[in-house]
Amino acid sequence: MRVSHFAFSLALGLGFLSAATVQSQTIYPLHRAEILAGSKFDFKVEFPGAPKEAVTSVTINGMDPAKILGSKPTFVEREDGQDYSALVLRDVTLTKPGIYTVSAKMGDQIKTVSWDVYAVQKPRVAKNVILFIGDGLSVAHRTAARIMSKTISEGHYGGELAIDDMPHMALISTAGTDSIVTDSANAMSAYATGHKSCVNALGVYCARNKNTLEHPKIETIGELLKRKMDMSIGVITNTEIEDATPAGIVAHTRRRADFNDIVKMFYDVKPDVIMGGGSPNFLPKSVNGSKRTDETDYLKLFQEAGYRFASTDKDMKDAAADPKTTRLLGLFNTGNVDGALDRRLLKKGTVAKFPDQPDLTDQVKAAVTVLSKNPNGFFLMVESGRIDKYSHSLDAERAIFDTIMLDNAVKYAKDFAARKNDTLIIVVGDHAHPVSILGSYDDDRAGTTPREKLGVYAEAKFPNYSAPDAEGYPASVNVSRRIAFNFGAYPDHCFNAKPYLDGENVPAVAGPAKGEFVANEKYCTQPGAVRLTGNLPKEANSGVHSGDDVVLTAIGPGSEFFRGHMENVKVFRAMVSALAVPVKDRAKK
Amino acid sequence: MTADDPSGAGPTSSASLHDGLRLTRRQLCTGLGAALALRPAQAHAADAEVIHFDMFYKSFGVRGIEFSDRLNNLVNKTVAIKGYMAPPLKPESRFFVMTREPLAICPFCQSDADWPLDIVVVYLKQASPMISAGTSIDVTGTLALGSYQDIETGFVSQLRVIDATYRKSR
Repeated sequence: MRVSHFAFSLALGLGFLSAATVQSQTIYPLHRAEILAGSKFDFKVEFPGAPKEAVTSVTINGMDPAKILGSKPTFVEREDGQDYSALVLRDVTLTKPGIYTVSAKMGDQIKTVSWDVYAVQKPRVAKNVILFIGDGLSVAHRTAARIMSKTISEGHYGGELAIDDMPHMALISTAGTDSIVTDSANAMSAYATGHKSCVNALGVYCARNKNTLEHPKIETIGELLKRKMDMSIGVITNTEIEDATPAGIVAHTRRRADFNDIVKMFYDVKPDVIMGGGSPNFLPKSVNGSKRTDETDYLKLFQEAGYRFASTDKDMKDAAADPKTTRLLGLFNTGNVDGALDRRLLKKGTVAKFPDQPDLTDQVKAAVTVLSKNPNGFFLMVESGRIDKYSHSLDAERAIFDTIMLDNAVKYAKDFAARKNDTLIIVVGDHAHPVSILGSYDDDRAGTTPREKLGVYAEAKFPNYSAPDAEGYPASVNVSRRIAFNFGAYPDHCFNAKPYLDGENVPAVAGPAKGEFVANEKYCTQPGAVRLTGNLPKEANSGVHSGDDVVLTAIGPGSEFFRGHMENVKVFRAMVSALAVPVKDRAKK
Repeated sequence: MTADDPSGAGPTSSASLHDGLRLTRRQLCTGLGAALALRPAQAHAADAEVIHFDMFYKSFGVRGIEFSDRLNNLVNKTVAIKGYMAPPLKPESRFFVMTREPLAICPFCQSDADWPLDIVVVYLKQASPMISAGTSIDVTGTLALGSYQDIETGFVSQLRVIDATYRKSR
């Protein structure tokens, strides 16, 4: 995701700042953590100023931590050579529910946090859970998709989206431990672990470790359901499989860009179905086109572990149709799988290089076919990931088409679930974008520039997209009266209120000043183009996320958990509650 | 082949000669003014074979990429190609990356930005002023294929134009 680069450098800056100003001890998990009884996490306390062990003490519920945690944590003076000392115990489990009070003392300074350790008290109501993530999915994406896909006249829509037509709904707030605005790594981590973390982090708390892989870990739902319930796990996306949202099901790293490590984490956890783009990080470095730094051949390793490999839509469907397939690895592109608008209508992006990429809906069908063979049930995470990427690139039509694609995938899942009513389906964005529908851009209005073409209030009328096809897509996005889908945050760029028919928008490019971005001149000479001065810091190369809440809809057993406003970590709690994840580990076979 | 010969002539990979990382951007922030033992070939735009990004690959798949026969036949010959200079690190350099489209990101400057797979690494005949990243350029020089790791920066490339000159496209 484009913005992560910008967010990452900001995060680094903030990290230095906090390192300089933090005075008190930090206890991980942080204050107010909700911990599923029986789940694994790393316990850590950091003492600033690198004190000796003798001047520190830690208690949990007033007792020696070793008594509560089962073994003695290790004290590391000057961890990683830095100006703090650490007390660490990895892979801790708490089995007794209740409030835990943790105190860390250094001299006369005391820091106290409390954790809420909870167990699922009710019986299992869902055999399966399907979690749909519309990356960056915001209210305007839904509305625009509904206008295009269901039509609207005289104020009435021609139908309901599958993602809207669900009995339960909640507003989800997405803030992290570091900021009111988050990224897809931290956002997914909250859904997948039930713990909030910081920008760029997956399955870890953001501590002060130098090594990105050594920050205090929290067990992910992928690991948990494999370990405790022997359920099948599926992770499917149309982004690179190593990208933040899919990685969230398996990964533990402070830095989401650790793609090569993330491939190893997928291999370690072994979700039964893995599908997306991003093949170069699976290839040994001697292969032309590899992005690995070692000679490990993960395509080979996965196949040796019983995975059927698919590189095209046809391969994938053949694999799903084969009753022997119980594990499936699909890698359909070297980068992201092309979005619905490029695959279906415009044939831009990498469609010429990869002419047989699957649609997300077909990926869901294939995944459900393979995963539902497990009598213990399955957990499937499905991401429509380019809603976010196209919103970063200020490319409205591509983002809206991929929202329609998400809707089709959800419709299929709802039909599957309706057969037995044993599947909890959740559809949610992971964070918002500052997007809004201002009216319509109407070519019949006088003038050439976007503000002349923009119809607001009554002048917006209704867009004139052609009737949608069977899958809810109009035949063209380049109609004379189009949704004016606007972005509230942008870098310097040129804009003419037309769809980007020649390929995804690239609003800004690196400028002459290091780290600063300027308008991509390619668009400045187009008819009607105006030059917009960015309202973002000059380091931003694209649109950014916003701190708005996102909408969650849910259907199926356990969906009644959702109501009103909820923190994003409650999504994890809803899923483990519906599945009644037990405190005790299952007996070894 | 020798580690400082970007022609890449000889066995497949020089990456093993170095313990460096592949595409390490941070390392690239140092020492781009590598003294390179460039080949003496003279590049004349007039007799250059024109190549395009579109013709690079025979196969470009998820299992890896293969160069086209035409490209293989042009190794050590003078070629001309149009593209965009990726955001350079220094105002003057002998080494830059050329891409099909102007890059929105600066993989040299940003920790988790990545290069597209279809890039051309250009080693100039002499250090020259770099230009703005959004400007289309024409490069002329000698084509080299095969894995080569830049001795100073650790940057691994598969396709290079060496002993090159460039100018802004008209």
